[in-house]
Amino acid sequence: MCTYLTEKIEISGSGKGASGWFALRGATVYFDHPVHAQAEHTLNIDFVDPAKGPSARVAVELTAESARALARAIETTLGSVPAGLAE
Amino acid sequence: MAAGTVRLTGHGGDDIEAYLARPVDRAGFGSVVVLHHMPGYDEPSKEITRRFASRGYAALMPNLHYRDAPGAGPDDASAASRANGGVPDDRLVGDVSAVVSYLKALDGANGKVGVIGYCSGGRQSFLAACKLPLDAAVDCYGGAVMRLREGMGMKVTPVVGLAEGLSCPLLGLFGEEDKSPSPDETAELSAELTRLGKEHEFHTYPDAGHSFFSVNRPSYRPEAANEGWERIWEFYGRLLAS
Repeated sequence: MCTYLTEKIEISGSGKGASGWFALRGATVYFDHPVHAQAEHTLNIDFVDPAKGPSARVAVELTAESARALARAIETTLGSVPAGLAE
Repeated sequence: MAAGTVRLTGHGGDDIEAYLARPVDRAGFGSVVVLHHMPGYDEPSKEITRRFASRGYAALMPNLHYRDAPGAGPDDASAASRANGGVPDDRLVGDVSAVVSYLKALDGANGKVGVIGYCSGGRQSFLAACKLPLDAAVDCYGGAVMRLREGMGMKVTPVVGLAEGLSCPLLGLFGEEDKSPSPDETAELSAELTRLGKEHEFHTYPDAGHSFFSVNRPSYRPEAANEGWERIWEFYGRLLAS
């Protein structure tokens, strides 16, 4: 199925794409067909800077289980940062 | 056959690219508009386009994501299209109209044009056939024809309300294990088309879900795909061939 489900957020940080590092301005998160992963559906994240064009993109395609594990790892990591450091 | 990228003027006078595959050894051929799946104007979709030419049809596949990312790879263009809210319906219809004109003007064309679409292109195939005068339409597991689920972030709306305008016979090829469209949804669509007196032929294959034609994906189901191709050749042979 095509889920069409798409979340867009603004982010700040950097990513390394095909042409090297660039500043990230946004992320698109969706659960749909992957381009490369051998699964029918994956949780896909595109880290982008739209101002630099469509190829300024760092893409990941994760199985649902992997995506949930990643989300937990991010929360665990941020939760263990000393107070005041990751506000 | 001959195949390659061509340019044409699409919806709103925009310059777009399209992939053409056509017979070189005959005249009087029918034509097919190929609408690619959500992952974009990629190599497997070009292979499908060439497959029609190998069967004696001219086939032209517009890059529906071209405006979102001219010159970018199909994966980047697909991501950009999604981030922009998807392919607008009016733009799709305008682009298909331009592709139909291009195909009808080909030297050797018999003037009959069908459309086929996969995944999101299945919905777009139905949409185009409801908005434009065509000779045959094929919907391969197009979701969001009958209804959407909650929480969609893209500008995609159901198109079943346009069925009154369906201009040609419709062949639907679906997987029994698909969630969108589910067998319940395609049964509802069939009932609506019957109510409206619209000629249609639906096949739902067991042990197949979404994208069962995609030979490079784990969803590929050779039995369903082979059966489906046979239905397509029969359908287009009856309606598009001279």
